[in-house]
Amino acid sequence: MLLVHCPVCGAEGDETDFHGGGQAHVRRPATHDPVNVSDEAQRDYLFIRHNAKGLHFERWRCDRGCGKWFHAARDTVTMEFKAYYGITELPPRELMEQATGEWAGYFKDKLK
Amino acid sequence: MSNKPYRLLEGGSRIDRSKRVTISFDGRQLPAFAGDTVASAVMANGSKLFGRSFKYHRPRGVVGLGSEEMNALVGVGDGARHEPNLRATQVEVFDGLHAVSQNRWPSLTFDVGALNSRFSRFLPGGFYYKTFMWPQSFWKHVYEPLIRKAAGLGRAPEGRDPDTYEHIHVHCDVLVVGGGLAGLTAAKAACASGLKVMLADENPELGGIADLTAGSIDGACVGDHAKAVAGQLYAAENVHVLNRATVVGHWHHNYLMIFERVADHDPALLAAGTPRHRLWKVRAKQVILATGAIERPITFANNDRPGIMLATAASAMVERYGVSPGVNGIVFTNNDNAYLTALGLKKVGIGVRIVDSRARAEGSLIARAISEGIEVSMGSVVSAVEGSQGVTAARIAAYRRGQGRVITERKIDCDFIAMSGGFNPALHLWCHNAGKIKFDENLQSFRPDRHHDAMQAVGAANGTMDVAATLAEAHAAGVAAAKAANGKAKAVKYKVPEVKEPTRAPLESLWFAPATGKYNEGNKHFVDFQNDVTAADLELAQREGYESVEHTKRYTTFGMATDQGKTSNLNGLGVLAEATGKSIPEIGVTTFRPPYTPFSFGSIAGVLTKNLFLPIRRTPIHQWHLDSGATFEPIGQWRRAYTYTGAGETKHTSINREILSVRQKVGLLDASTLGKIEIKGPDAAEFLDRMYTNTFSTLKAGKCRYGLMMNELGFLTDDGVTVRLAEDHFLMHTTSGGADRIAAWLEEWLQTEWTQYRVFVTPVTEQWAQFAIAGPRARNVLAKLGADFDISHEAFPHMSFKEGKLGGYPVRVFRISFSGEQSYEVATPANMGRGLWNAILEAGQELGIEPYGTEALHVLRAEKGFIVIGDETDGTTTPIDVGLEGLISKKKADFIGKRSLEQSFLKAPNRKQLVGLLTEVPTDVLPDGAYAVRALKDKPPMEMTGQVTSSYHSPTLERSIAMALIENGRARMGETLTFPIDGNKVIRAKIVDPVFYDKEGARQNA
Amino acid sequence: MKSRYSIFSLARNALNYHKDWERAWRSPAPKAEYDAVIVGAGGHGLATAYYLAKNHKMTNIAILEKGWLGGGNTGRNTTIIRSNYLQDSSIAIYELARSLYEGLSQDLNYNVMFSPRGVLMLCQTEHELRAFKRTAHANRLAGLDCRMITAKEVKEIVPIINDDPNCRYPILGAYYQPRGGTGRHDAVAWGYARGADSLGVDVIQNCEVTNIMRDGGKVVGLETTRGVIKTKKVGVVTAGNVSPLMQTAGIRMPIESLCLQALVSEPIKPVIDCVVMANTVHGYISQSDKGELVIGGGTDPYNNYSQRGSFPSLEHTVTALVETFPIISRLRMLRLWGGIVDMTGDRSPIISKTDVEGLYVNCGWGTGGFKAIPGSGFVFADTMANDRPHPIAEPFGLNRFAEGRLIDESVAAAVAH
Repeated sequence: MLLVHCPVCGAEGDETDFHGGGQAHVRRPATHDPVNVSDEAQRDYLFIRHNAKGLHFERWRCDRGCGKWFHAARDTVTMEFKAYYGITELPPRELMEQATGEWAGYFKDKLK
Repeated sequence: MSNKPYRLLEGGSRIDRSKRVTISFDGRQLPAFAGDTVASAVMANGSKLFGRSFKYHRPRGVVGLGSEEMNALVGVGDGARHEPNLRATQVEVFDGLHAVSQNRWPSLTFDVGALNSRFSRFLPGGFYYKTFMWPQSFWKHVYEPLIRKAAGLGRAPEGRDPDTYEHIHVHCDVLVVGGGLAGLTAAKAACASGLKVMLADENPELGGIADLTAGSIDGACVGDHAKAVAGQLYAAENVHVLNRATVVGHWHHNYLMIFERVADHDPALLAAGTPRHRLWKVRAKQVILATGAIERPITFANNDRPGIMLATAASAMVERYGVSPGVNGIVFTNNDNAYLTALGLKKVGIGVRIVDSRARAEGSLIARAISEGIEVSMGSVVSAVEGSQGVTAARIAAYRRGQGRVITERKIDCDFIAMSGGFNPALHLWCHNAGKIKFDENLQSFRPDRHHDAMQAVGAANGTMDVAATLAEAHAAGVAAAKAANGKAKAVKYKVPEVKEPTRAPLESLWFAPATGKYNEGNKHFVDFQNDVTAADLELAQREGYESVEHTKRYTTFGMATDQGKTSNLNGLGVLAEATGKSIPEIGVTTFRPPYTPFSFGSIAGVLTKNLFLPIRRTPIHQWHLDSGATFEPIGQWRRAYTYTGAGETKHTSINREILSVRQKVGLLDASTLGKIEIKGPDAAEFLDRMYTNTFSTLKAGKCRYGLMMNELGFLTDDGVTVRLAEDHFLMHTTSGGADRIAAWLEEWLQTEWTQYRVFVTPVTEQWAQFAIAGPRARNVLAKLGADFDISHEAFPHMSFKEGKLGGYPVRVFRISFSGEQSYEVATPANMGRGLWNAILEAGQELGIEPYGTEALHVLRAEKGFIVIGDETDGTTTPIDVGLEGLISKKKADFIGKRSLEQSFLKAPNRKQLVGLLTEVPTDVLPDGAYAVRALKDKPPMEMTGQVTSSYHSPTLERSIAMALIENGRARMGETLTFPIDGNKVIRAKIVDPVFYDKEGARQNA
Repeated sequence: MKSRYSIFSLARNALNYHKDWERAWRSPAPKAEYDAVIVGAGGHGLATAYYLAKNHKMTNIAILEKGWLGGGNTGRNTTIIRSNYLQDSSIAIYELARSLYEGLSQDLNYNVMFSPRGVLMLCQTEHELRAFKRTAHANRLAGLDCRMITAKEVKEIVPIINDDPNCRYPILGAYYQPRGGTGRHDAVAWGYARGADSLGVDVIQNCEVTNIMRDGGKVVGLETTRGVIKTKKVGVVTAGNVSPLMQTAGIRMPIESLCLQALVSEPIKPVIDCVVMANTVHGYISQSDKGELVIGGGTDPYNNYSQRGSFPSLEHTVTALVETFPIISRLRMLRLWGGIVDMTGDRSPIISKTDVEGLYVNCGWGTGGFKAIPGSGFVFADTMANDRPHPIAEPFGLNRFAEGRLIDESVAAAVAH
């Protein structure tokens, strides 16, 4: 039973008071260019996931609290939360630097 | 049975000799004292036999002290209150307690299953993988039933549990697990900080084994010191002490569960209404594990005979219950601690001698034993035991470390053996959430290393066996935990206590005490008692290639009994290490999993049984439905009226009556469960354009529009009518089951994708009671009620909206129709719902109004060819599949699911399309879900071409109708399909348009 | 060739105090090169190796396991075997597997204790009843031996079930597959390992693959903790850990790794003789030959590689089962554990070739893999041997995600796997 902290309203509670919303920073291609979305781009958006073993970035919702979505960085092996940040924000710089695998690739541009 | 007096004339710190009680064991009435356990009470009456083992059905007695007991398992209580597999060492007696032995037939002393023991040579570990294979069908019909009947230990209770259970959720600063000397000391240190401390202990009394520990603290014996500290903790306001409360598991982020046995020991408490068990769910900032250590048995030939106990357990029998484990015994040890047991036995006049596997050892307890005249045989082992249902003699042999077999034996008459192979720290909770452990050479056991959670281990749980060191480490841990939990914790004054305790010689591992023969030649050296796993079984598993300790465990079942290896695990690792020439850390450990000890499913369910198991949502009209003969159907969490069956009616006839009443007169439906979401803000219209397949920004205020929603995969997920209440204000209707999901769905997109939209989403389903007044006389009902707005067809046409008063009630009225009739959905604040409902019925009485339920509604909509999400769609259905392509906007650049409709499979030819079906024989009603085949064959398999999604008898059309999803169906109008139904029946049906009634929509526009 | 197991070999060995039993499988050191290598010695991987050797005569092959064979989900599931799915492609593979299970003990000469005790899927809402009726029609026409049964029949088969018609989710009937059942999960892994080994396959434990080596779009070998192994054919069958490994070959997977838990009660004398699945309330239950009630539920709702789950989902399952089988209230939970399940976007598995030549993947079995082991290994071996999808494997290709050709059982029939 994870203990989750909402960075929006400050509530702290059991995972059952929150809702896990899957991987963070998934780009919806049609929002940006509704006309030119390849089958592969649509597949990547819908199905392909980083599924990081270790440091991972996710979306959560403060379900029984303020109702707001937010981002969290969590280790999927130790289950420790490393940071919480806003739903439109990027993770703290040091976590982007620590990210490995697919995430490292994703954050490379953002770190410039 | 024996007539020897096993209850000592005096002593027994736990029993109250002034309170006599009577219990029964296997129907035999036994006298006992308050404070006894079933184990002590039965042994006090001269019996050592408690049960039969799992595989060989060997007779077994008490081995342990408390929760580690694996042999003396009993069933307690009768009928629905029966509880199997309880450890006799933990069951506290009360007058009238009924206990029974287990896994024996017909009786404990004569057990037919013990034949297995005779043939045990043919039943080595894993034997069942090698046989029982021929003939193929015999496994199911012959072998497996026999095995199942023989296994299984106790029997289940009969009937529904009459007792209650509850949960308590708490946060605390420091949770101390275990109330022995270490736990008490740590809790006291943490308590001084003023923080919120919890102390949970699995026994009826605090103190752990302080009362069985040698030495003194500040001049008091260890037991008295513990008692004094316990008193202080009970009295402290910031400490919550729980007795009979086992911390069963540790989960992520210091979430722990405590299983408290509130009333098992006292039926009067149950009768007074206390819950039987309580499950505490604790979130602790800091955890201190003071879970102690569990004594190891020794692996020697026939070490499972009743009368062979752990040394500490033998001490406890004497000290706590005044029960003698026998009259003449042997203490068999590889460490100093068991000398204390021998001294205690000697003190009360029980004959005892010591067999010590160590070649030499010097410690103050050993010196004392020798000086008190106890015969000590160093460099010796017990190599064999005689007797079957008890011990009659032991054989003792000289032994040098590592020796594989002994040469000469001496026979010594005795009737019990107290054994001690050392102590294993109880690491379970440390390891539940992946704490690291390391092997300690002094202990010859594992102890805590590192943990990523805020958790410390102290005392014996940490491998610290000395009193002085325990006190120091536990106090420091308590202070550190308090400080870490709250930086402002008060500084604590602490005087280091003066401790006197015996000096101890080091323990020497003894994983296997040899016999005259090789151990794999017929002798049974048990490692896991309950599951009958011997050292030979473990060695065989290694030899056959089951080398990983996990393989050995699973192949032999060692460590998988109800004690989960508490006493067997390390001994097994030791045997494996010796068999393979590896070290114990190289062998590795199996994973510790919750729970520490088994706990009741009832406590997990808590109060959430019967009526409280998952809440039911009721509409404001629910009671009226109940009073009016409604049967209900569950729709999500809701209960909706299915039909109102009157006197002389069946469900079938009442449904038909309700349908015809809507078609011919007027009907009234409770539609309050319909999802209602208000969407407001300057960007509300644009937002809805993103969510729906069709366009809402063009909808005029005061008008309604039917909308379709897809998920991002392009599949239909919801539908409903949305009303534009004002330029920036919409009211969305969803399906009854979809309301919460859709509200969350809208929020998610708003907050995570289109964050620029200025829109609020407010679910209001429960705020409104909503009714459909439907039928050719619907408008007359409104007129009769009296509306303060123009209800004429011209002023209030189909798909429009009015707000005002109806019969004096504030209402929103939507002229929308799911029945195809002239229809008004009337919404009023929920608390006025019942009043308006009554007013409508009263106004409609002379017009012949009748309430109708969900089944009539479904038939009415099917006659009109309207889809129901979940019936005509199944999560792989697109709007195009169900013929609603017209509702997919061509103009909007982007909306949810649009792009996925372009994926090749969603545009593939031959997709299943919604059609109507008319059976050749009008009275044939196609079964729901029936499949049409491409070609009828004599027998399956047959290729299928589509399935029925809804099928009814239509009283309006006086024949059956059905809707179906059929491959390329819209191009196959007029074709006759073949449906092979159960029992070789075939129904043929013609593909038709799915709108069966009033295709032009004249009736709803009337 | 190994000496065969039988009642006679057991008796013969007993007379000799079991001194002469051979190893069930060897413990070979990895060779420098193999014709094919399977990564992951769980049930699916071992079955693949066995059928590659048996059906396709590929015997110069190895199967690599980072820990101990059968130590992943094969050894920690609730052992349910059934094939009564809705979609044709699902029925095909699960029924192939179920039928192979029927003769598996004899084929492997190892008792995997396949117990066709019947699988009962409860209908506890009208919607569920409708969904199962549809499945029943489809399965009957597909040739499966399955049928709907009434609430009264359910009570006869499972006397301990709560048949109160007024309870929260009354039993309205059930969908029954009499020839479904359970098997002994470890024995399936061990039997395949012994079978593969006896055909010459190197079963290599404690050997973790750290990198899939490529050269110009082709597989050339594997980097492992025990050195480089050359091979031109690699089958990745690593369940929960498939994403990180496939990433070393530049392939991103449509997979999320979640935690699924199961638990057993203390053993009791037999009270339930079949498998009961209650999908509305997310719980399933059977009783092992040892007498333990074996209970499973749903997954935790977030990624988790820890093999340790969270309590709420199990609490929900247990609560539901206490309501469905009231006598279990006074029984006790003995052990609780978690496994890493790899879930695809449509919750159906992947058995596929990849864009890298010589690299094949078999994963995504989610919560339902055990029942598929023989069928999965059979068609994956065929796919690898012939470098084209076996017809039964074809619908489960990776390309389905770009085409929208999903195989979604859970939405179609409201049934968990």
